[in-house]
Amino acid sequence: MKVVVIGGGPAGLAAARAAAGAGADTVLVDSEPTLGGQFHRGDPQRVDPRVRHLANSTVWAVEGMRLHVRTGPADSPSRTGETLNADAVVLATGAHDRVVPFPGWDLPGVYTAGAAQALAKGQKIAIGHRVVVSGTGPFLLPVAESLKAVGAEVLRICDANTGLGWLGRPRAASPAKLAELLGYAVRLGAAWRPRTAVVAAHGEDRVNAVTVAKLNPDWTIRSQERVAVDAVCVGHGFTPRLELAVAAGCVLTDGFVQVDHTGATSVPGWYAAGEVTGIGGADLAAAEGEVAGAAAARGACPTKALAKVRSGRRFAAALADAHPIRPGWHTWLTDNTLICRCEEVTYKDLRAAVDLEASGTRTFKLTSRIGLGLCQGRTCARAAVDIATALSGDRRTFFTPADLQRRPIATPLRLAELASLPEEDL
Amino acid sequence: MDVVVVGAGVIGAACADALSAAGLRVTVLDRGPLASGTSAAGEGNILVSDKEPGPELDLALSSLSRWPALVGDTDIEWDPKGGLVVATGDPAPLAHFAAVQREAGVDARWITPAEALEREPHLTTRVTAAVHYPQDAQVQPVLAAQALLSNVRRRGGVLRPGVTVVGLDARGVHTSEGVIACDHVVNACGPWSGEVSRALGAPIAIAPRRGMVLVTAPLPPTVHHKVYDADYVGAVASGDADLQTSTVVESTAAGTILIGSSRERVGFDESIRIRVLRELARKAVALFPSLADVPVMRAYGGFRPYAPDHLPVIGADPRVPGLWHATGHEGAGIGLAAATGALLAELLTGATPHLDPTPFRVDRPGVLECA
Ligand SMILES: Cc1cc2nc3c(=O)[nH]c(=O)nc-3n(C[C@H](O)[C@H](O)[C@H](O)COP(=O)(O)OP(=O)(O)OC[C@H]3O[C@@H](n4cnc5c(N)ncnc54)[C@H](O)[C@@H]3O)c2cc1C
Ligand SMILES: Cc1cc2nc3c(=O)[nH]c(=O)nc-3n(C[C@H](O)[C@H](O)[C@H](O)COP(=O)(O)OP(=O)(O)OC[C@H]3O[C@@H](n4cnc5c(N)ncnc54)[C@H](O)[C@@H]3O)c2cc1C
Repeated sequence: MKVVVIGGGPAGLAAARAAAGAGADTVLVDSEPTLGGQFHRGDPQRVDPRVRHLANSTVWAVEGMRLHVRTGPADSPSRTGETLNADAVVLATGAHDRVVPFPGWDLPGVYTAGAAQALAKGQKIAIGHRVVVSGTGPFLLPVAESLKAVGAEVLRICDANTGLGWLGRPRAASPAKLAELLGYAVRLGAAWRPRTAVVAAHGEDRVNAVTVAKLNPDWTIRSQERVAVDAVCVGHGFTPRLELAVAAGCVLTDGFVQVDHTGATSVPGWYAAGEVTGIGGADLAAAEGEVAGAAAARGACPTKALAKVRSGRRFAAALADAHPIRPGWHTWLTDNTLICRCEEVTYKDLRAAVDLEASGTRTFKLTSRIGLGLCQGRTCARAAVDIATALSGDRRTFFTPADLQRRPIATPLRLAELASLPEEDL
Repeated sequence: MDVVVVGAGVIGAACADALSAAGLRVTVLDRGPLASGTSAAGEGNILVSDKEPGPELDLALSSLSRWPALVGDTDIEWDPKGGLVVATGDPAPLAHFAAVQREAGVDARWITPAEALEREPHLTTRVTAAVHYPQDAQVQPVLAAQALLSNVRRRGGVLRPGVTVVGLDARGVHTSEGVIACDHVVNACGPWSGEVSRALGAPIAIAPRRGMVLVTAPLPPTVHHKVYDADYVGAVASGDADLQTSTVVESTAAGTILIGSSRERVGFDESIRIRVLRELARKAVALFPSLADVPVMRAYGGFRPYAPDHLPVIGADPRVPGLWHATGHEGAGIGLAAATGALLAELLTGATPHLDPTPFRVDRPGVLECA
């Protein structure tokens, strides 16, 4: 029984441990040089010694139960290849930052929360001296704390929502979670501003000021002020990395991989855990990984982990409800605000595409050029589709989350690498 | 007279454009978004270079001359870049092919390998012979289809995405949104024309032939023409189910390089095949060795609609009065669309066809199927 776990964050690590514990021949493929994923950045993790760990390795394509892997630094000409034939796969590819665009978000000095966190935790570098953190969700708080720890002055932590809605929900948060949040409140409360947002960044070659706005509940602007900064950090939740799930044919629900309580997806042999199935923090990811790893290896169900998954998912759902993205952000945009940085597509260009009745993902991309550049829409596609849907008004649209994540080549590879794949790998 | 065009791909769009220009009231239906089927899944070459003398070449030459006028000032990334066909083995078959094409009116210029390298400095030095086709052009197919659909809308035609056609009777076309009364129906459902023709009670033999394309990261100008290997011609005309690839390399307005394309008969199976991608990559690197280190950003593909004899089907269905077909354009529908729309409108309105419609008729051997 061969189990391949894709992704070495909290979910993948736990899945690999559980699968190996259940006696499966287990391989853990992770694209980073060290294990730990997003949560343990700067604090490399070790995996169960029975697990074969392929570091610096990316699953770039999926054919049924066959996984195509490249190993080596992304742009190195000396990467090597390998094909894994799995009996079961656990998908734990995590999520990346979601950012809502605003005028000036493309200026140097504007960072995503994930990038700012990685620099702070991984390399002990602060993105600036005077920083405003903006977006929505509780993850802004640990990021702000990391920034402070490396010497940045955090002027404001702007959450466009009130962020407190879920507190009223019975059993939504465990006592530990509440204690964690209380700690943040004590340490960061002075900078925290609910219902506010950075709605524009200013500067020539680098950000030197931002417009911070007080928002209405729908995120339209009530009033604004200018704040001098030398860096901004933004995060509006997460977008799951779904290209492999889509390539494998897994059904999605609400933009995440649909799983049952064991982590089984709609495709036999394919399991998923962690942020690809919903956003709920590192502990939930690890618990889901443990359950899915055991299920993939046909081992006994770890009941304690399963109980954690159940309560964790309640918390995650409450979290998601408390931190919606409200459409008022569209009113922050100007005609020339860049939406797609790779292809330099502006808000105005999106409107032109909608005027041509580009109402499906493919035609919308080909008409506006959104998402056709190097990031293949990972950064911008979601925002662009939100905009297009709003601009389409009463007209029918056909955008689907799966179409947005359809990237059968999950990470780029050089033509020579593709050309030299050996016969036995096909 | 009311006409319903089923299918808002480039062929349906061209038919609707020509019909509305002729004064008919046109409604275009598509089960999905406009222009999002095969027409959004391929390259946008308008080619004469790959066609041997015969009815398809006549249609291509007619189409080539019609395309620019149809879209007026609208930007469809029209690029008269010209084609370059190169042989790396025996030059004789290419020489013969070009000679017969010339007799049929194609501008096919025999050039030396040195001249080929002058035109395409990154080309392999293994070239033994080359033909330059100045007439070959390129468009962005989605923009092209949208431009034609905009013409239809401007003339008062109706575009209805999200409407699926399920049947036809004396009352009109049956759809997911009710019955639409009309005098004529045009089946322009691309690779789905076979199944739609069955639903309409008049089956024709149109099947899908899968094609994949690789797209590289954007590069500074590297490939200037549409460049392809002389073995392409063999693959187009072949009916083999097996995988066939022949290298076609060209750049787009955005700087990416498209590497196409494969031909496989695998039904509507969408799953990726690494073997196919490898073949495309191998042949592209053989033709342009310096592309070896260029990253591939994505792969995409679609299903070419083809008839058993590899010719388009354009005309009236002999079994169901008022039903017309415009489909089966295989790997050339973008190029052939302009003349297809014109021909269909001529036949439907009783005007004199601008070229002989007989080779494309619906009741030719192999196309009609039993209901
Ligand atoms: C800025 C920020 C702050 C956060 N703070 C907290 C916090 O304080 N508390 C908390 O509980 N949670 C926090 N989180 C959330 C936490 O990081 C996640 O819940 C957790 O990391 C999710 O684990 P995962 O295993 O699902 O994914 P990840 O940790 O994202 O791991 C996914 C791994 O998969 C790899 N991968 C992806 N695709 C491939 C591929 N094709 N081939 C091979 N490998 C691949 C990635 O490189 C990565 O290593 C924070 C997140 C962010 C972004
Ligand atoms: C990889 C590849 C490369 C190609 N390269 C080129 C090239 O360079 N040059 C060229 O000329 N051609 C090329 N082609 C071929 C070209 O794309 C096709 O010939 C052309 O797009 C066919 O257009 P169409 O309008 O007939 O079909 P489509 O564009 O597929 O349109 C048919 C429409 O019918 C709709 N439909 C289906 N069923 C129903 C129903 N029941 N009710 C309502 N609507 C329905 C579909 O949604 C679809 O939108 C290529 C094709 C591929 C796959």
